[in-house]
Amino acid sequence: MTTTTFLDEMYGPSTLEGFAEQQKKGQVRTPYQAIVQWLKATDRTLLATKREEADLIFRRVGITFNVYGDQAGTERLIPFDIIPRVLAADEWSRLAAGLVQRVKALNLFLHDLYHGQEVIRAGVVPESHILRNSLFRPEMKGVDVPGNVYVHIAGIDIVRVEEGTFYVLEDNLRTPSGVSYMLQNRAVMMRLFPQLFAKARVAPVDHYCHELLRTLRSVAPATAEGEPTVVVMTPGPHNSAYFEHTFLAEQMGVELAEGQDLFVRDNGVYMRTTLGPRRVDVIYRRIDDDSLDPLAFKPDSMLGVPGLLSVYRNGGVTLANAIGTGVADDKSSYPYVPDLIKFYLDETPILGNVPTYRCSKEGDRAYVIEHLHELVVKQTQGSGGYGMLIGPRSTREEQEKFRALITAHPDGYIAQPTLALSSCPTFVEEGIAPRHIDLRPFILTGANGSVVVPGGLTRVALTRGSLVVNSSQGGGTKDTWVLRP
Amino acid sequence: MLSRTADNLYWTGRYIERAENLARVVDVSYRNALLGLAGASPEGEWRDALASLGSPPQFNERGYSPTEADLTRFFVVDTESPCSIKFCVRAARENARALRAAISTEMWESINTTWLAVRDLDEAGLRARGLREFCDWVKDRSHLFRGVTHGTTLHDDAFRFLRVGTFLERADGTARLLDTKYRSLEGMNADPTGATYYAWGSVLRQASAFRAYHQTYHDVITPRRVAEMLLLRPEMPRSLRFCATQVADHLDILAGSRDLEAQRLAGELHARLRFARIDRVLAAGLHDFLEEILGRIAELSTQLAQDFMMTI
Repeated sequence: MTTTTFLDEMYGPSTLEGFAEQQKKGQVRTPYQAIVQWLKATDRTLLATKREEADLIFRRVGITFNVYGDQAGTERLIPFDIIPRVLAADEWSRLAAGLVQRVKALNLFLHDLYHGQEVIRAGVVPESHILRNSLFRPEMKGVDVPGNVYVHIAGIDIVRVEEGTFYVLEDNLRTPSGVSYMLQNRAVMMRLFPQLFAKARVAPVDHYCHELLRTLRSVAPATAEGEPTVVVMTPGPHNSAYFEHTFLAEQMGVELAEGQDLFVRDNGVYMRTTLGPRRVDVIYRRIDDDSLDPLAFKPDSMLGVPGLLSVYRNGGVTLANAIGTGVADDKSSYPYVPDLIKFYLDETPILGNVPTYRCSKEGDRAYVIEHLHELVVKQTQGSGGYGMLIGPRSTREEQEKFRALITAHPDGYIAQPTLALSSCPTFVEEGIAPRHIDLRPFILTGANGSVVVPGGLTRVALTRGSLVVNSSQGGGTKDTWVLRP
Repeated sequence: MLSRTADNLYWTGRYIERAENLARVVDVSYRNALLGLAGASPEGEWRDALASLGSPPQFNERGYSPTEADLTRFFVVDTESPCSIKFCVRAARENARALRAAISTEMWESINTTWLAVRDLDEAGLRARGLREFCDWVKDRSHLFRGVTHGTTLHDDAFRFLRVGTFLERADGTARLLDTKYRSLEGMNADPTGATYYAWGSVLRQASAFRAYHQTYHDVITPRRVAEMLLLRPEMPRSLRFCATQVADHLDILAGSRDLEAQRLAGELHARLRFARIDRVLAAGLHDFLEEILGRIAELSTQLAQDFMMTI
């Protein structure tokens, strides 16, 4: 394998081999000064003890996730690394502005798709793209949602490739998860290293749940009486993100409902309480479109509420996120987002996309097939790092397999150059070494606009040289610091 | 509150208390088996223990025999046995896991920590730790959970459902203990060897009532007074009457302005214990009385589900 250079966010441009040398030279990027001083001043055995302590806290608090395919009910910890990832105030303000801009355009796009479809008539997005997309929900055509907000909670995955270059890797507009890790990682760091926070000027993230509740209440149906009743809806304890569902409900002080706890009557959704039925106004659902209502979608799903869709369409309840947002976040829509920003907002995108080849375009396809060994190929409707090809790390057989797949289903694939993701020093078996990271900030959008809490979930690929950060594939997490100006 | 949440709270309370009751049963049986009391045998002690839990069919189905080794496995580490401490802790924890939005963080962490400590416990681990040590620890964890509950969560409906579960389970445990021991110890009244002291003393210990007995009666241990203590004393926190009072009081508040069948049943149960006299109970037959009480507890539990969990 050739030696690749990447940006280490602590020490600047670096390589895996040259890292130790660079560490010694002691050139530190400004946002990381406090952390480097702390690492120097702190005894290694103490750090080791603290790492164990962190594990214990995560176990005891029960911050676990269930792995699909594992034995039912297996609860695993996501490895937590105690070296934080830091963003300077100016880096963050640009990111935040870009995220808000992007989500605004995506909300307008969704409203347009389910109403006049001007974007298609203007030729920005081809009609076939929508008609053939199984994530487009015809049920939503002509339905008006409060404040015209479709995506109330967005998780946008960001990678950094150079000092000033951030790319959006993926938009998650359905039921993005991970925010509980953002909050718990901070809580654990503050508990383990309070003195560190006394020195570094880190912007707080704790108010996320407060903002979330405000956002959800702002989109209650007009018919809601008095204070709107909000619930978090979960598929149940076997879902991989169940911890997060309970956590968010607890932090907002609202009920955590399963499908069986809710029912429909007289164009309203009610929950079964010890005192009888109680009206529900806003459902923050952490359950797929397909499972929401067995009468409308998957009939064999036991997780949903029969009749929910019809109440929703009549405006009797608000769902967050709206039904049918998947059409805007799958990988086949992704390449159009910069154009959407120009089309709806008449603005230049603040955050760019990763250069992307669409295999459905003939020229792009030819290029992809020729350059499989240096590209990352992704399915347009996959998630979680399964079913992708990482060119430089792939075998000839794998490349052949993808060549055939792409030729057979050109619509199903996109390709991107292999990015030199930035890294952050991380505790691993060999000591402290650079590991590649990404970032998922969370953008909340209610009737009165968008809010981004300064932070996000930083995921780290713990395997040397690996670019796959997904927790289901052995990734870990870090606390994410945004420094105050 | 969601009906499902109320149900989870009720069962969390019951399972924690059941784990504690089991620890008490195992602890005292083990201690008595070691003593080798006159007129009793180690096997007899363990048989009593099994009988006090209603002789669960799983014991024979799983090929166990009434030896100390088999019984400790059955009561402590066998996760297939609904009468094992491990089973109960896991069930409490599974119920509590669905409650994290309804109970305090401290309560959840207390239960979860308990579960993490017994999750990998097997027979070898239990031997290394010591059976009585372990039983004491289970009781401690249950006390801790109760204390954490009192000190960290709102004393609202959620608290009350938990308490109703706790006290119904406790009443059930005390009634079973007394029933078994009274049957097997009948006829020992005039025994001069001190066997009465040991045998009934152990019943009191199992209910944490040994010292309380002396404080209350200032007298030698007699079966009649032990029965009175565990059935009817209003100030004794594990007595049937105490538990019934708690359940009735909590239900009155939970019912609010409604008039529920569960309230009526709880009131009846309470009245039965409030106005009973020990001599009459013993004359009419303690076993029949306890059977009746156990029946009432079971009926009340079913009615609770009707009144609070199936409101629609």
